This record gives sequence, structure tokens and C-alpha cells, in this order.
Amino acid sequence: MNALAALFARDIRLAIRVGGGALIGVLFFLIVVTLVPFALGPDLALLARVGPAILWLGALLASLLTLDRLLAIDHEDGSLDLILTAPVTLELTVAVKALAHWLTTGLPLVLAAPFLGLLLNLDPTATGAVALTLLVGTPALTFLGLVGAAVTVALRRGGLLVAVLVLPLTVPVLIFGVAASNAAIVGPLRFGTPFSILCGIALVCLVVGTLATAAALRHAMD
Amino acid sequence: MALIDLANPSRFRALADTLLPWLGIATIVAFGVGLDQALRAPDDYQQGATVKIMFLHVPSAWLSMMAWGLMSAAALGTLVWRHPLADVAAKAAAPLGAAFTLLCLVTGSLWGRPMWGTYWVWDARLTSELVLFLMYLGVMALWQTIEDPTRAARAVAVLTLVGAIDLPIIKFSVDWWNTLHQPASVFRVGGSTIDASLLAPLFVMAIAFTLLFFTLHLAAMRNEIMRRRVRTLMMLQAQAAGGH
Repeated sequence: MNALAALFARDIRLAIRVGGGALIGVLFFLIVVTLVPFALGPDLALLARVGPAILWLGALLASLLTLDRLLAIDHEDGSLDLILTAPVTLELTVAVKALAHWLTTGLPLVLAAPFLGLLLNLDPTATGAVALTLLVGTPALTFLGLVGAAVTVALRRGGLLVAVLVLPLTVPVLIFGVAASNAAIVGPLRFGTPFSILCGIALVCLVVGTLATAAALRHAMD
Repeated sequence: MALIDLANPSRFRALADTLLPWLGIATIVAFGVGLDQALRAPDDYQQGATVKIMFLHVPSAWLSMMAWGLMSAAALGTLVWRHPLADVAAKAAAPLGAAFTLLCLVTGSLWGRPMWGTYWVWDARLTSELVLFLMYLGVMALWQTIEDPTRAARAVAVLTLVGAIDLPIIKFSVDWWNTLHQPASVFRVGGSTIDASLLAPLFVMAIAFTLLFFTLHLAAMRNEIMRRRVRTLMMLQAQAAGGH
């Protein structure tokens, strides 16, 4: 338990102090959202209609960018080997690392979403819906990304490959995230239906992602 | 012969060499019968002759899913029993699965052009086949990127199993998304019940496609084993030339 807490504190500290910390992901998110009106035109009605989709795509891409920090850097400097030899269940270790990663990269995106919603002319209901779906959806993205990071951990240039491997797996999260947001704005569906499915998918990702990552790391390191 | 005996590459190659000609002949015969029946089959009352695309399209769709199933079984073999042949089977199946998925997509879009008036619609089945195709390409890319074959096999096995869990969810969510976004006017199957005169050739064609898959798969597995032997020999040679 102590070891897990130490690992958690270490990961949080590293994420905040090294490489721009959590803000770099948020900055990327902001830039993506800023670029959209240049491509679509500054029509506020149109932006409000596609706003949830843009926020979701931006968050998806931003959470992909930071995946190399999850395991590859630890593998490079050798600390991953130490972490793996610790007398703690590997699944728990992996889950703690993912939690620390989500707190420093996923949660800032969720917190930034309402402000970016203002840029896209989203009304308060829509903003709340998007933030709530992102709060449930970004952990799912982190755990799916974890699998991609684990199977490519030993590769020196895994960056683009991780995105290619992970993005198709995120289709359900994206579909139900955007569907729930849109249901809150225009209907006709009730918000609860797609949102509960999104919660279910997030829980599945949590279990599957943890187990698969632990298996991949075990096999990659022996 | 027990499955464990096949871990010996020479024994597997001997078995493959005896089986391959027979499988090849069976494939040719099945295709001969199937194509003949397909060409004689009556035209659909609505779709006309384009319904014949179905005889290529539907079997490749089935095989595109079967190949992932085979890869998942092989992945279990790799992770649980560390059977060396499972690695080879998984690696040989990935390009075949991708090829059948692509065939399904291409025939589907050629069928869609006269029927729906466009090469591509975001129909639920088309979309999930496209995602499946992307996943096959990802698996192939991972095989290519990790140099050591056993290590690559384990990484791919994990990814394949995660994909096997995610694929039904993707299928479900795309279906759900599609019914929400698309009006039913676009999606129209040529009658939900297929007439028996079309069903029989479809069945024969499905058998022919499956036989083709296994013929190609067995040949690809044999090639992969030889490729690995060449790799080992070259490494031994390099070691000898290095002079230790």
C-alpha cells in the first residue's frame, strides 16, 4: 500500500514538473478548438451545433499526445524495471499509474472544457453535458491508451503507432460521449440512456485496460 | 497427432506439404461449383444482376470476422500455452483478414453505387467493417515494428484480445449511432428473407471462400516458418563472421 502511494506521488510530481506538466495538453486542446472556426467559418449557430463533437475530438487527440509519458519514459530511464520488480500486484501498479496520469492529463481537459465551450457558443446546459461526459469518458480513453502504450513500450519510435492502434478502439467512447452531449442539447433521446452506456463502457475499459496492460508488460519485460 | 507435436516446425511443414495440394484442389472445385451456381442464379426482382455481388460480398464479410476470431484463439495459444505455432498462425492470419475485409468493403461500395446511388454511406455495417479494417492494419503495423518475433507475438496477442472484446462493443455502438443518425430510407437490404435460389449458391460460395482462406493461411504459415528459419540462419552466420 505504501509502495503504491509512493508511486502515485512520484508520478504526479513528475507529471507536474517535467515537460510542461498538465498545461501542455490543455494548451493543445485550446489550439485545436481555436483552429476549428478557421476551418468551418465563424458562424455561431453552426459552431454551437458541432461544438460537443469538436470538444470531444480535441480531448481525444490531446489525451493521445501524452501517452508516451505513461510508460515509455519510465522504460527509457530504467525505472519501469524497478517498478515491475516491486512486490506489488502488477495490475494495481498499472491502475495507480493510470490514475495519476488521468489526474494530470485527463482531469485538466475536463476542467478546461467549459471555458472552451464559451468559444464555441455552447449554452450552460450543453457545457455541463459535455463536461460531465468528458469526466466519465476521459478515464476510458486513458485506460485504452494504456494498452497501446504497453504493447509499444519497448519501441523507440512508438508515437504514431500508438495512435493508430488506440484510435479505432475509442470509437464506442466517442460515439456515446457525443451522443449523450447532443441528447442533452437537442434530444430527442434522454441524456440518461447514452450516458449510462458511456459509464458502462468506461468501466469495461477500466477492467480490460488494466488486465491487458499488466499482461503486456509481463510479457514485454521477461 | 497431438497439437503439441506440431510445435516441431519440420513436422508441421511435412503436414502442410501433404495437406496443401488437397486443400487447393478442394478450393478450386468449390469455386467452380459456386461460381457456376452463382451465375445461373436468377436475378433479383428489384436489384437485377447486381445481386450477384452478394456472392462475393457476404462470404468475405463472414471471413473478415472469422479471421479475427482465429487470431484471438491463436493469441490465447500464445499467451497461455506459449505454443510457437500460435504466433505463426496469428501472424499469417492478419494480412488475410485485412484482405478479406478490404474485399468486403470494395464489393460493398461497388454494390452500393447502383443500389444506393453512392459509393459510400455511413451505414452501420460498412462503418464497423471499416473500423475492423483499420484494426487489422494496426495489428499488421505492430507485427512489422517489433523486430523480435516472439516479443512481437505477445504484444500483438494482447492487442488482439483487447480488440476481440472491443469489437462487439464497436459493432453495437455503431449500430446504435447509425439508427440514431440515419433515416431508414438509405439502408435497404434487398428483402430481409433471401430466396432459396440465391441462398444455395451463397452457401457454396461461403464454403469456397473458407477453403481459400485456409489454403492461403496454411501456405502463409509455412512461409513464415521458413522466413524465421532464414532469419535464425542469418543471425548465426553473422555471429560466426563476427569471430568470437
